[in-house]
Amino acid sequence: MNPKIQLIGVKKHFGAKKVLDGVDLTIEKNSSLVVIGGSGTGKSVMIKCVLGILRPDEGTILVDGEDVTHLSGAARDKVMTKFGMLFQGGALFDSLLVWENVAFGLIQGRGMKRAEARDIAISKLAKVGLPEDVAYLSPSELSGGMQKRVGLARAIAANPEIIFFDEPTTGLDPIMADVINELIVSTVRDVGATALSITHDMVSARKISDRIAMLYGGKIIWQGPTGEIDRSGNPYVDQFIHGRADGPIRMAVKA
Amino acid sequence: MNIFAGIGAGVLGLLADIGRLAMFTGRALVALVSPPLYGRLIMGQILRIGYFSLPVVGLTAFFTGGVLALQIYLGGNRFGAEAIVPQVVVLGITRELGPVIAGLMVSGRVAAAIAAEIGTMKVTEQIDALTTLATNPIKYLVVPRLVAAVISMPILAGIADSIGVFGGYVVATASLHFTGSIYLKNTMDFATQGDIVSGLVKAAVFGFIIALMGCYHGFHSKGGAQGVGAATTAAVVSSSILILAADYLLTSVLFGR
Repeated sequence: MNPKIQLIGVKKHFGAKKVLDGVDLTIEKNSSLVVIGGSGTGKSVMIKCVLGILRPDEGTILVDGEDVTHLSGAARDKVMTKFGMLFQGGALFDSLLVWENVAFGLIQGRGMKRAEARDIAISKLAKVGLPEDVAYLSPSELSGGMQKRVGLARAIAANPEIIFFDEPTTGLDPIMADVINELIVSTVRDVGATALSITHDMVSARKISDRIAMLYGGKIIWQGPTGEIDRSGNPYVDQFIHGRADGPIRMAVKA
Repeated sequence: MNIFAGIGAGVLGLLADIGRLAMFTGRALVALVSPPLYGRLIMGQILRIGYFSLPVVGLTAFFTGGVLALQIYLGGNRFGAEAIVPQVVVLGITRELGPVIAGLMVSGRVAAAIAAEIGTMKVTEQIDALTTLATNPIKYLVVPRLVAAVISMPILAGIADSIGVFGGYVVATASLHFTGSIYLKNTMDFATQGDIVSGLVKAAVFGFIIALMGCYHGFHSKGGAQGVGAATTAAVVSSSILILAADYLLTSVLFGR
């Protein structure tokens, strides 16, 4: 047991709505954990709590055993250099060129020289299957799949120890989704990172994970190795992975 | 009872907004004084906020100076004081209209653009992405805009002063029978350094207000396109009102009345 990230009793509410109601989760070093759950169950909120974008109301978040729950300012920036993140919509900076996006963490976060950072950016783009001429385009000139690839290149640019993937395959066609899945598996292995992904795409979840955990009602209701998800014996998990409208999970129509 | 509930909710909402704005301003000021300062970004913003505002500020200042000359002439004419035109034009432009016109124009152009840009970055998670790339969004987005606006606005106001006085000169000499050399001499003799400097100080404060309102409303925009639209409107309206309120406060402080 060598935990990289630990969430202990993390709670977060917005107004009267309890989104996270005591999440306990451990992510082992160099493993790939996927958190599944329906839309609006707080998967994104959980990730944002770990990243410090949102502040949990209660509970503790440990990264490499260090309590990062209440860090801010320079201490927070320092912890953030361990992280890379692929956002759902890519979240590329549209005022910058593609290579400047990929090199952003190197230049702004670590103060690297631009020319040096550009070379690294171009090699990272090659890793996700993009040719050098793409580096000089603007993000708005790229298709959705290419934007995801650039986002992935940006996430791995600084060789992070931990990479988060927020719905990596949402909005992509099945073939491009599989390409992205394979890239995730190979890049995570290449940089030797610990990965935490959130998704509701079960094909993707099975492909990129060692372990799967399910978030429901603000808690982790099941977790185990990916191979055991079909034998979880948990009616909630069964309903979710088979995508059935009938079952113990009632979809709230009103948010 | 419902009336009281409504009033109460409104007051609480207003207090919450003031608190959020105060905290946002505090964070921006802390980020401003802590290194590093992004020089490249500041230069880029000076170009966008200052340089590209020159045409609109110049044009409005020209017509404002012209109409000021005309109105003072017509008003002064009623009691035979039409010769006062150059003195009142230069006083009105440098103390008030140069900085205020520049402020309102830049508010419409720049506060809106900043709020729309940052608001879009917020709803497309680009601001969260900055955090994950170990970059403080306040430092990267807000500080360069604040610094650039505070530097640009006095320069714009100085240019508006010159063009406004020139607008008055053109109208006075072309249609009000003033002699050019005498008009200019009266202008130069009358204006003091204090008139001009007070206007430039005001302009710097207006620049701070414009960039702060644009950034604040952008950072706190909610939802999608509609939220960004609302943030843009709020940025222009609030910065315009604050500019005029600050103008009154600064005038009473600077001129001790």
